[in-house]
Amino acid sequence: MWLPAAIFLAVCATIILIRLFLGPTPPDRLVGLDTLNTVVVVSMVILGAAFEEIIYVDVAIVYALLSFITTLFVAKYIEKGKF
Amino acid sequence: MILDIITYICIGIGCLLNLLAAIGLHRFPDVYTRLHAGTKCTTFGSIFLVGAVVIQSVSVWVTEGASSPQSVLTLHAVIALVVILLTNPTSAHAIGRAAHRSGIKPARAVVDDLEKEKP
Repeated sequence: MWLPAAIFLAVCATIILIRLFLGPTPPDRLVGLDTLNTVVVVSMVILGAAFEEIIYVDVAIVYALLSFITTLFVAKYIEKGKF
Repeated sequence: MILDIITYICIGIGCLLNLLAAIGLHRFPDVYTRLHAGTKCTTFGSIFLVGAVVIQSVSVWVTEGASSPQSVLTLHAVIALVVILLTNPTSAHAIGRAAHRSGIKPARAVVDDLEKEKP
């Protein structure tokens, strides 16, 4: 039951990736990146349950924290124009 | 048996909400409405999907005892869900504030009450 959900989330990530390429303004691309990060984290947890590998869930936790830092830095860059 | 049905319902709701987020990113006109679709829907969908993982893992944990790998999987999935719930609204707020301060107006906006708040 987990693998069809993971494939469905991959399709959703592909649709979000189109917005990431198309986005007219930089905040549009940042919204797409943030959404894509959440979908990837959830699909990592799903794959960890599918293959019964705990290391996938650990990678998902670290990926969530690092993508949060990335989003905050890019938002600060968009806001001020410099770091 | 009843846990399998609950798990399937949770997976269905989570996948539907993620699909709605992906569609909403294409259908909404500007950054702020896309922010609604992109962050709220994925947060709510991730609650249901990780909840499905937790339900299945807890059922295996209860039947096989604490030595099974599902016990560690349950705790780490809950930690991942807590991380998502803490970081996703914060990054949404940061994106919205950055978009407004970089001068992007909402589509078809007439009055901007936050104009005087700019530093």
